[in-house]
Amino acid sequence: MNFNNNKAIYVQMADRLCDEIVSGKYAVHDRIPSVREYAVMLEVNTNTVVKAYDILARDHVVYNKRGLGYFVNEGARDSIIASRKKAFLEETLPELFRQMKLLGINIRDIEDEWLKSKDNPVLGR
Amino acid sequence: MIEINHISFKYPGSKHPVFEDLSFSLESNHIYGLLGKNGMGKSTLLYLISGLLRPESGEILIDGIPSKDRQPVTLRDIFIVPEEYDMPPVTLREFIEMNESFYPHFNIDVLRNCLRDFELPEEPSLKELSMGQKKKIYMSFALASGTRYLLMDEPTNGLDIPSKSLFRKVVTRNLTEDSTLIISTHQVHDLESLLDHIIILDNSQILVNSSVADITSKYTFTFRGAQEMDNVLYAEPSFQGNATISLRKPEEEETTLNLELFFNAATKGKLDY
Repeated sequence: MNFNNNKAIYVQMADRLCDEIVSGKYAVHDRIPSVREYAVMLEVNTNTVVKAYDILARDHVVYNKRGLGYFVNEGARDSIIASRKKAFLEETLPELFRQMKLLGINIRDIEDEWLKSKDNPVLGR
Repeated sequence: MIEINHISFKYPGSKHPVFEDLSFSLESNHIYGLLGKNGMGKSTLLYLISGLLRPESGEILIDGIPSKDRQPVTLRDIFIVPEEYDMPPVTLREFIEMNESFYPHFNIDVLRNCLRDFELPEEPSLKELSMGQKKKIYMSFALASGTRYLLMDEPTNGLDIPSKSLFRKVVTRNLTEDSTLIISTHQVHDLESLLDHIIILDNSQILVNSSVADITSKYTFTFRGAQEMDNVLYAEPSFQGNATISLRKPEEEETTLNLELFFNAATKGKLDY
């Protein structure tokens, strides 16, 4: 769910790498692309990639080994999921509630849809 | 570093000066976007910086030396890719032989990589190429020259659709850490993601000279519905709602620069420049 697709490019890039880590494309201690490799791949200024990598390092998602590159940190996947849960509860949910209020949708309507939805793990498809 | 100090310039025979008492400077290690409406003097400025044109008064210093002196120590560190040019009736190999000795940092591998990235033949005869192909060759040579200062006038003009993306890849892959690239362009969408510093020329003056980081720190770029237009400095309609610029509140997350919107807002005086 993406309510804000105006996010700064470097934030979107950090998100993209986090997606790849959560999906298992990069495992713990795997090397992620270098700053320049990633810049070439996405065709952006290398300074933008540096900003994205700084966020990831600051959040302990990756660590830097001098001269070797950036590697996925232990617990990265869990901490990404934890911080996304937090963002969901603090940003996505209030926006959802705002829409519900505007459109006169109540929580029971939401629950009905949830019970029918294929994403509902209880239905176990 | 490039320092432009109080330059004035007028083309011979013209009544209208292109620049009068213009001053600003360009730091190293950036990719500058030089923007401006037609006829504002973007190409002229590039030619003045490279020393191809000389200012009537004032001076342009490149690493402390006036570019109008055209000293070898300066010329070996600048390369300009003009918007249009004629290639001599020689093969690429002959062209390289004629020119590479002027550039001490010339790197043949970079040239070969660029030609391959651009999907050009390795041994083209320069006269037989289309405009787009000539441009790619010229740009490949420019990147291979390894100069500290690279100036490009409308580099993506005339490039086919896939080549615009190739251009971005070729630049990000081959631009060295201590180089400065100045791109004069109207094609903001082609180049937005590459630029880290924006210069807008308007009415013979520098209207904007700012890093992209400062712009996205100061302003927020969002799409808003008709009911949400409070505190908007400038807006344009779009199919996603209204594309808007407003002042960013410190607690708000930064957004992505919408360069076309920013340009329009700045040149219409809606922003604080």
